[in-house]
Order: sequence, then structure tokens, then C-alpha cells
Amino acid sequence: MNNAFLFALVGVGIFSLGLYALIMHDHLLRKILAVNIMGSGVFLVLVALAKRTGDALPDPVPHAMVLTGIVVAVSATALALILLLKVFAKSGQATLPDRCKE
Amino acid sequence: MNWSTWLPPLVVASSLLPGLIIFFLVEEKVLFRTALNLAGALSTLLLTGWMLWGVSHGHQYETSVPFLPGLELVLRADPLSLLFVSLSSILWLLTTIYAIGYLEGSPHRSRFFGFFSLCVTSTTGIALSGNFITFLLFYEFLTLVTYPLVIHRGTEKARQAGKIYLIYTITSGAILLLGTMWLYTLTGTLDFRPQGILRDLGEENHLALIVIFILLIAGLGVKAALVPLHGWLPQAMVAPAPVSALLHAVAVVKAGAFGIVRVVYDIFGVDFAADLGVTGPLAVVAAVTIIYGSLRALFQDNLKRRLAFSTVSQVSYIILGVAIAGPVASIGGIVHLVHQGLMKITLFFCAGNLAETLGIHTVHEMNGAGRRMPWSMTAFTIGAFGMIGAPPIAGFISKWYLGLGALQAGQYWVIPVLIGSSLLNAAYFLPVLHRIWFREPPDAWPAERDFGNKETAWALLVPPLVTALLALLAGLMASAWFSPLEWVQFIAQREF
Amino acid sequence: MLTDIAWGVIVIMLPLTGGIICFIWPAISKTLGLITVVGTALSVTGLGWQIIESGPYHHTVGGWGAPLGIDLFADGLSLLMLIMTALVGLGVSFYSKSYFKPQEATWFWPIWLILLGALNALFLSADIFNLYVILELIGLAAVALTALTGHIAALNSAMRYLLAMLLGSLAYLLGVALLYHDVGSVDIATLAEKIKPNATVWAALGFMSAGLALKSALFPLNFWLPPAHANAPAPVSALLSALVVKASFYILLRLWSEIFGSFGEGAAALLGLLGAAAILWGSLQALCQTRVKLLIAYSTVAQVGYLFLAFPLALGSNGMVWGIVAYLALSHALAKSAMFLVAGNLLRFSGHDRISGLEGTVQRLPLTVSAFALAGISIIGLPPSSGFIGKWLLIEVAVTQGRWDLAAIMIIGGLLAAAYVFKVLGQTFSDAKVSHDTGTVPASMEWAALLLAIGAILFGFIAPEILSLAHIDVSPSTNGITP
Repeated sequence: MNNAFLFALVGVGIFSLGLYALIMHDHLLRKILAVNIMGSGVFLVLVALAKRTGDALPDPVPHAMVLTGIVVAVSATALALILLLKVFAKSGQATLPDRCKE
Repeated sequence: MNWSTWLPPLVVASSLLPGLIIFFLVEEKVLFRTALNLAGALSTLLLTGWMLWGVSHGHQYETSVPFLPGLELVLRADPLSLLFVSLSSILWLLTTIYAIGYLEGSPHRSRFFGFFSLCVTSTTGIALSGNFITFLLFYEFLTLVTYPLVIHRGTEKARQAGKIYLIYTITSGAILLLGTMWLYTLTGTLDFRPQGILRDLGEENHLALIVIFILLIAGLGVKAALVPLHGWLPQAMVAPAPVSALLHAVAVVKAGAFGIVRVVYDIFGVDFAADLGVTGPLAVVAAVTIIYGSLRALFQDNLKRRLAFSTVSQVSYIILGVAIAGPVASIGGIVHLVHQGLMKITLFFCAGNLAETLGIHTVHEMNGAGRRMPWSMTAFTIGAFGMIGAPPIAGFISKWYLGLGALQAGQYWVIPVLIGSSLLNAAYFLPVLHRIWFREPPDAWPAERDFGNKETAWALLVPPLVTALLALLAGLMASAWFSPLEWVQFIAQREF
Repeated sequence: MLTDIAWGVIVIMLPLTGGIICFIWPAISKTLGLITVVGTALSVTGLGWQIIESGPYHHTVGGWGAPLGIDLFADGLSLLMLIMTALVGLGVSFYSKSYFKPQEATWFWPIWLILLGALNALFLSADIFNLYVILELIGLAAVALTALTGHIAALNSAMRYLLAMLLGSLAYLLGVALLYHDVGSVDIATLAEKIKPNATVWAALGFMSAGLALKSALFPLNFWLPPAHANAPAPVSALLSALVVKASFYILLRLWSEIFGSFGEGAAALLGLLGAAAILWGSLQALCQTRVKLLIAYSTVAQVGYLFLAFPLALGSNGMVWGIVAYLALSHALAKSAMFLVAGNLLRFSGHDRISGLEGTVQRLPLTVSAFALAGISIIGLPPSSGFIGKWLLIEVAVTQGRWDLAAIMIIGGLLAAAYVFKVLGQTFSDAKVSHDTGTVPASMEWAALLLAIGAILFGFIAPEILSLAHIDVSPSTNGITP
């Protein structure tokens, strides 16, 4: 087991933690944070796996991808936050109603 | 491109285009709508006459367009299709005249006549289909365009009947689709050919073919109202009288029966079907339907329901004739396609006249109706005697050939079925005729409308008289060169 | 010459630019929006012509080339999807012209144009990382459109939709990371060439398929779809059901037809199974609904199920099934967008979309009811509609492969569809007195719905041409073109 693989494994672990939180928490802010944590997990995997062979320099392409990914994540989070504010303003609560009632 | 490729689609288009235009007409444009309707009906009739002339002189009329990979839409005029097209075009013209009179002043007529024309489009399409996929297309189209006619009145009862109609027909359509699909994967073709397309299939496919046959007959049997798949038909009686007339005499039940004829003749081939052993059970189902329908008709007081069960019974003569699998019986069966159409539409027209003019809906109200409406009731009487099978009316010819064919094929059990059903027919029609002619009329009719010194409106009176006359002529002049019987013998030669 | 123009770039840049200008200058957004959509549709025609004339389209943006640059690539399958987007886009745009109030319109047009550009970009991408970025762009635009009305129900649905979209994209991105690690490329053609099944690839397959299945609302991952599609404004629902769901499905189709198809039997069987469940469950749910829009939304869940049946069937046949599914997707897009537009008309007419309150609409809105009927015919799969052709071909493949179970489910799905379509249609014929105030529906809204529905029927008559389009060869190496 090398370092890169370990990092990747941790990345998957973070992704799973985020997924768990996304499903288990009701508060929307926590859900949004959970998605961001999942994103970080994926980025970690990308960066870690960029080192494809033992001695060569890491591949720069995944780093570029992570940069792009971060930009995407920022915009998504911005949209999520504004939606959260709107939901809170309209309904007075920061959770989604039970699905069965819709 | 020449006439031989253009004629079949033209026949279909001659009712499709007026139908589509009528949808966009405002309700008040009565004159234009009527003209359009009649022009469409007349041009269909003319084009059909042209094709009849051509086919009897050995011309070929065929059109095909690509539809699915490996499958084409084919319209082809063969003798059998022409028989059905002629029937539809003649009866469409008469029914249109009748409907114009019947629906005068009632709401949503543009919608009604639009769908009415499309109904004829699908019937001619079914008749002219040169392969099963084309047939399927028009068959489903027929379901869709008859639905708005059935629920035309929009009442709760009508919509309920429409729902039942759809449940039956859409499900049967799905079964038919499955059968067709299976057939196609086995044979790679769905063409209608004399003597069928299955001869070259090996022994190992026979079980599959039997299942396919059952699927196809079950799919078609719903529209043909084979017992126990007939449940929708008496329900659909809520539709206006011209719709019932068309549904029963030409469009829906006939489409089912015609489809069964096509499956037995041009997909399986009579001999091959008999070898498979599927025609025997089909004949039994038809016989059961004949007796069952007549028995149920006996106990209906509502006139239209009585006629509906009579249809259940009578349409199965066609199927019986085909399933006996002999040349003579086939003639009896196929010619009944026309004969039953003429007689049944007469009866429905007359039932409509009674309802429209006098407000009569049930048998027990019909006492003495013959004195008030002698012409309509004469037509009714001719139709009823024809159904019973009394010579010289058309129904007699059908039954005669059926009986003869059964004897020829050695199927002696058919004879008691024919006799029994004729007796039952007599049992449910003769009391009606007795009431019409020999009972005293009541002091007042349930809801009488005034037509001056006429018994009813011309548009309501002429169609039943014409159809009754045609039914009479088809029997009297059965051996003339222009009779349906002669044409059917021409068809049978091709198959046997 | 016309053939030398980089149409592929134009179909992406034109709507994106138009969208940005609409943001800056809301006063002209309606006019500019319409012009842009028409222009984009014309450019798609140009691109289509190019592809038919000279084979798959390939363009290296800015001359950079893979792996750093962005490559555009279009074959018959992409073209089919572009045509679908252009047609639905045209219909919905002409509808929206009269649908939105001025305030909503200022937001609708820019976001819709950006969505259009993103959809086109997605269908022109040949690179799984670019697909991720575009997928996110589509997701964000779709969520913003869902929330357009600002009602609490719409906001809640949009929020749930957004979270589901982000989860799906991240799962997909994780798969991309794994694939890149294993093969060292994000180019689909290169991946297809070099891929060998191993644990990493299997994990990638799992993550990507699950993420995309969530985005395509495959049963049981469809929880977000009905509320989002039912609470969005009608033209938006049409776009979501017709196009956005197809976008993620398209990626799945690409991945499987070119990369995973050769070894993923087990996973394909699972996708097929879920597709079958979706057909039954979605149709039954649709049948139980009392509101038109929810009924249509659940119908989408069911119809997406048909698309997923392709995965198990594709393994046993040559690439034909993918063409059929693309055709079916196109057919569904036309019919479903027509249906949602009809729902919008009914809402405008009676102020609600309860099925029980549709009495008399057949007389008052005959064009709208006809549109629903025609679209319904295609959804049910009755001849000669495009829905019939697509389903017939798919059932034929199933029967040929002895998959009677799948054939039976498709037929049962058709019957259930008939039940829910006629549940609505039957009610419109009711003769009960109209008991409420009725609004007027502009003719352009009625005709937009009707024309889309007629399109769904007419495409049935040009099925052979469309299917041969879909088979314009997939890989750039083979230049066998069958126009």
C-alpha cells in the first residue's frame, strides 16, 4: 500500500461520511455542508490518484480537474444557500417537509 | 406512379380529409359540413366502384411505404378487401344521411361527424390492409376514433360505457400486438397471402403457432364480440343510434370478424389452420356465441340491447363459416359479412326512428307502431325476417350456404346449431313483429314529435328503406353477377 | 461554404451568449430569447447536414486538443439528441412567450438559454470530465428554473432537486477520478480502447451508473422528480421531463455503449430490472394521482424505465438497441413536453389541475385536449406514433432474445399508460356544468402543445430515416456512413 492509495481511501471515506450526513441530517445547512464534504472527498481522490506510477511526477491533469471542480462546487453551494434563505424566509424553517405530505 | 398505386390511399383519404376538415368547422356551418360529408362519402363510393371494376378485370392495386425496418405499410385491394370496402362505403353514405337527420339541432356535431368520418377511414384502412402491421395500425385507430363517439353524450353513463369499451379494446389490442410480434419474429413477414405465410415453418414451431393463433383470435375476438369477450357491446348501446348502427353493422364488430377471416385465410391458411387443429375449437366458440347471444337477446326488453345481443350472435356466423374450413361454408360466412351488415343497420335505423319520432326505447312500448310508422316498420320487418333466415331475404342465403358447407365438410353438429339459433331468432323477433302489426297502439306515444303528414323526417326514413331493399335484393338476386354472393365465390376460389 | 462553418461551436455559444445578454438587458429578453432559440435550431440543422454529408463531426476548440483542450464530437446519436433539444426547445419557447408574467420572464429566458447551451454542449462532448462540468451546469440551471415561481412548494422541491443533483454529480465525478486513474484518459474513445475490467473500473462503473441513474430518476431513485416536475411552471416541467432527464441518461448510454457494454452483464441486468420496476411502479403511481401534473410526472418515471430496459437487451444484440432507445427518448421528449404544456393550459383555463375538475374542456379547449390525446397515443405506444415504433422495436428485440418477461412488462406498461391517459381524457368529455371561472388560453399556447404532440405522431412515419441517423457511426475511426 502506498501513500497515494491511502489518500484515495481516505477520500472515499470522507465521501461516505458526507453521504451519511446528507441522508441523516434534516437541517438544510447541514445537508449543504455534507455535500461540500463529499466534494472534498472526491477532490482528494482525484489529487491522490494523480500520482499514477511510483517515481514519475504526478499527472497535472487531475489537478486542473480539481480546480474546475472547486469552481463548480462554489457555484452550486451559492445556489443552495440562496435557496435555503428563500425556503427559510417563506416557511420559517430550514428543513424540507416530509415527502409524503407533498 | 399511376392509378394502380394511388387508388387505395385515395379511398382511405376520401374519408380522412373531410373528417379532419370537419373538426375545424364551427358548429353553425351546417350546410358546408353536410356537403363535405356527402362529398366524402360519394367519392369513397365512386373510387370503390372503380377498384371493383378494376379488380374484377384482373388489375392490381397496391401501395406501400416504409414504416419500420423490414416492415412496410401496405394498402392492397384484393377481392376480400373490396367486399368490405364496398360494404363500408355504401353504408357510410346511408348512415351519414341518417346521422344528419338524427342529430339535427343537437350539440357538438362537428366533433361527431369528424370522428364519424375517421371511423370510416379506419374501416376502409382495415379492409385494404395488405399486411398485418397495417391492419394493426388501423385496428387501433378504430378503437381511438370510436371512443369519442361512444361517449359522445358526455353523461356519466356514457363515460362509464366508454371506459368499459376501452378496457376491452385496448387490452385486446395489446394481446393482438403480442401475437403479431411473436409471429413476426418467427416468420420475418406479416404479409397477407392466399393460403397463408406459415407453410414453410417446421414442425417444432407448431406449438408456438397454436399459442399465436389463440392470442390473435383473443385479440380480434373482443371486437368481434366472441363469448366471453363480448361484454363491452351491450354497454356501448348508450351511443347515439347512428353510432350503434355503424358500430354493429360495419365498423367495430366487422373489423374483428374481418380480422379473424384474414388470420385464418391469409396468415395461417385454411388448410394449415385445420392441420394445426385450431379451426375446430374456433368453430365451437363461434357456435357457443351464436346460441348464447340469441338466448340473451330473448330476455332483453330494451330494443337496442336486444339488437346488440342479436349482433353478438349473428357476427359469429361469419366466424363459424370460416372455421368450418370448407369452401362452401366459407362462402356462407363471408357473404354474411355483407348480409348481416345490411340487415342489422336496417334494424338499428328503425330503432333510432322509433326513439326519435315516438320516444320508444323498449319492446313493450312498440304495440301498434306499424300503424303510426308503416314504412319504417316494413323495413324493420324485412330486417327481422332476414335475421331469422326466411327466404328470400339475404340472411337465408348465408344460412343455406353455412348448412350446406357444414354437411360438405362432415361437420354435422353445426346443423342443429343453425336450426336452434334460427328458432331463437324467431323467438325474439316474431313477438316484436306481432306487437308492431297486430296490437292496438296506445292512446299516446311516450314522446311524439310532429312531422306533419310524414311518419318521420326524410333523412331518417330513406336510409332504412334503402338498406332493407338491398337486403332483399341480395337474397332475391343472389345469383346475379353483381350480387355479394357472386363476389364471395370469386374470393373463395382464390383460397381453395 | 456552409459546410465549413463550425456549427458545433455555434450551437453551444449562441444560446450561452444570448442567455448572458438577456441577463444584462432584460427588456429584450423575450424577443432575443426567441431569436436565439430559432437560430440555435437552424444551427443544429446546419450541423446535421454536415454530419449527414461528411460523417461524424469533430472539432478541437481553440486548437488545443486533448487532454488539456476541449474536443467537440458529434455522431448520429448526438445529432438525434440535438434535434430533440431543438424541437422541444422551439415548442416550449413559443409557448413561454405568452405563458410567463413579465417578472418571471426576466429570469426564465436567460436561465433557459443557458440550459439550452449546456444541453447542446453535453450532447457534443466526448470527454467524461467535461460531461461532469456540463452536467452540473444543467443541474443548476434546472434547479433555478424549478424555483422560478418562488412558491414555497416550488422552493422545497427545488431544494430537494438540487441536493439530489449534487449527490448524483459527485458520485459520477468519483467514477471519473477512478477511471482516469486506471486508464489515464478522460476521452471516451480512448477509454473504450484501453479499458480492462478490474476492481477500479468496476467501482467506477458502480459510482457513475448510480449517480447518473439518480439524475435520470431511475426507480427507486426517483423521489425528487415528481415534486420538482409538478411544482415547476408548466414550460419548465416540459423542459425538465423532456430534456434534462435525457441528458444524464445520454451520458449513461454513451458510457455503456462504448465503455462498459462489453463486460457489465450483471450491472446491466440490475439496471434492466430497475427499469422494469420503474415502468410498473411509475405507471401505477400515475394512475393513482388526482392532479394532472403529478400524473404526467409519474408517467415520466415509468417512461424512463423503458429506456433502461435497453441495458440488458443491448448485450445480446449489436449496437442497434442504442439507436432504438435514442429514438424512444426523442419520442418521449416530444410527447411529454406536449403533455406538460397541456397541463399548463388546463391550469390557465380552470385555475387548478385536478383531474376531477376538467369537465367541458373538450369543447372549450379542443386543441389542448387533442394535444393531450395525441401525446397520450405516443406515450401509450399506439400505432402509428413514434412511441409505437420505439416500443415495437424494443419488444421485438426482447422477443428475439427470448426475454418474454421484459416484453410482457413493456406491454403491461402500455396498458397502464392507456389507463392513466384515458382517465384524463374521459373526464374532459364530461357534460357536467363548468362550475368555476375560466381563464382564456392564448392560441400560441394551445398550438405549441398541439404541434409538439403532432411531432410525436409524425416521427413515427420517418422512423427508418431517424434510425439510420442514429447509426451514423459511433467511433471516429470507422467512417462508414449510412445517411
